[in-house]
Amino acid sequence: MDESAIDKTVYAELQDTAGAEFVADLADTFIEEATGMLAELRSARTANHADRFRRAAHSLKTNGNTFGAMRLGALARDLELKGLDADPARDEAAIAALEVEYARAAAALKDLRDG
Amino acid sequence: MADPAARLLIVDDNKVNRLLLSRSVELQGYRAALAVNGRVALEMLRSEPFDLLLLDIEMPEMDGFAVLEQLKADPQLRDLPVIVTSSVEGLDNIVRCIGLGAEDYLPKPVNPVLLKARIGASLEKKRLRDQQKELVRRFATSEVAQDLQQSGFALGGKRMHASVMFSDIRGFTALVESQPPEETIELLNTYYTLMFDAISGHGGVVNQMIGDGLMALFGAPLPLDDCAGSAVAAALEMIELIEQFNLERSATRKPTIRIGIGIATGEVVAGYTGTQQRATYTCIGDTVNLAARLEEHSKVAGRGVLIDADTQRALTDRVRTDALGAVPLKGKTAAVEIFAVANARPA
Repeated sequence: MDESAIDKTVYAELQDTAGAEFVADLADTFIEEATGMLAELRSARTANHADRFRRAAHSLKTNGNTFGAMRLGALARDLELKGLDADPARDEAAIAALEVEYARAAAALKDLRDG
Repeated sequence: MADPAARLLIVDDNKVNRLLLSRSVELQGYRAALAVNGRVALEMLRSEPFDLLLLDIEMPEMDGFAVLEQLKADPQLRDLPVIVTSSVEGLDNIVRCIGLGAEDYLPKPVNPVLLKARIGASLEKKRLRDQQKELVRRFATSEVAQDLQQSGFALGGKRMHASVMFSDIRGFTALVESQPPEETIELLNTYYTLMFDAISGHGGVVNQMIGDGLMALFGAPLPLDDCAGSAVAAALEMIELIEQFNLERSATRKPTIRIGIGIATGEVVAGYTGTQQRATYTCIGDTVNLAARLEEHSKVAGRGVLIDADTQRALTDRVRTDALGAVPLKGKTAAVEIFAVANARPA
């Protein structure tokens, strides 16, 4: 169990305003959707498609920040701002780091959901 | 207090954002519909009414900037309040949204308290704008309201080809004296309802109501093909409606009414006259004066609808007319050729 991937204050505020049950369902939706966003990020990198790359990073940033996954949000924001790197290997490494952070955040969200 | 009737459209390509925003606004008491990108949002906005748009910027197919541009160019949608909810990077992008007409910008994750305040303020502004538009509609015609909305207000006129109609109730003063004022108001309201219906049904616009008289324009502020034919068709329908109205009045032993109509066709100068503070849309020129004189002369001629030579020529034998010869009219140095529309007895 690793809850440090999620800022609990942000998560608690979200629960306060939207309702705990709704937030638990929303976290599930995020987990379902994020896999696709990460795949999109990789595919955009391979296809050298800057717009798709930026949009996928942007989505991960926004959703990460919504749930208090601040590090996930920050890593995604870096990719969004930087865009496609001249050296694909650097992006590959950054995406891999993002995936690791996402796995931590997803696990922490599931733990929070299950109490 | 949230206006429970207010309906919001949330546009976001991200499912989590859509669900969360719709939850937020629903908890605030509004109704929400969802769109996954700008293209879908515009389709929805053009097919059903919404009070406010919550718009994301970064979206596939059509992004938020393109939506704002399209809304701005659409007279039906340009007043729709838009709150941009986005985590798009860069101050220049936020400035661009505001420049394109967005009411406000809220960064994501959206703070629900701020969202509530912004939605409330935007809906209140929309309510006031709608109220203002409704007032303009009530005191001007919808054509003038549309003209004002599209071109803005400016004193001054432009030359247009139009037919001008004057109509009034014969012996109105005597009628007013013979019945209580409440009945006169009721009579006038019914009379105007019937006349407006006939005039607008033929593409005309009632421009002025003066007591029992009215002035209508065919071909201004918006051009109209066959303005003369439309004006005469409207006049015939007005006479017919008054005849039906009189049958009902006779049945209840109320005095019947008769109307006289004058129509002239030609160049008019149409536009806003008055001051910057108070102005009215009107038409001036010889054509207008002539139509007024023809209406007055219909009493003398004992005919329901009198028209000038230009109107008669434009009818190209579609409507039978009787030439009444050249008649001297007040304000005219030379006698004027006038015609009476056949089968149009004073109703």
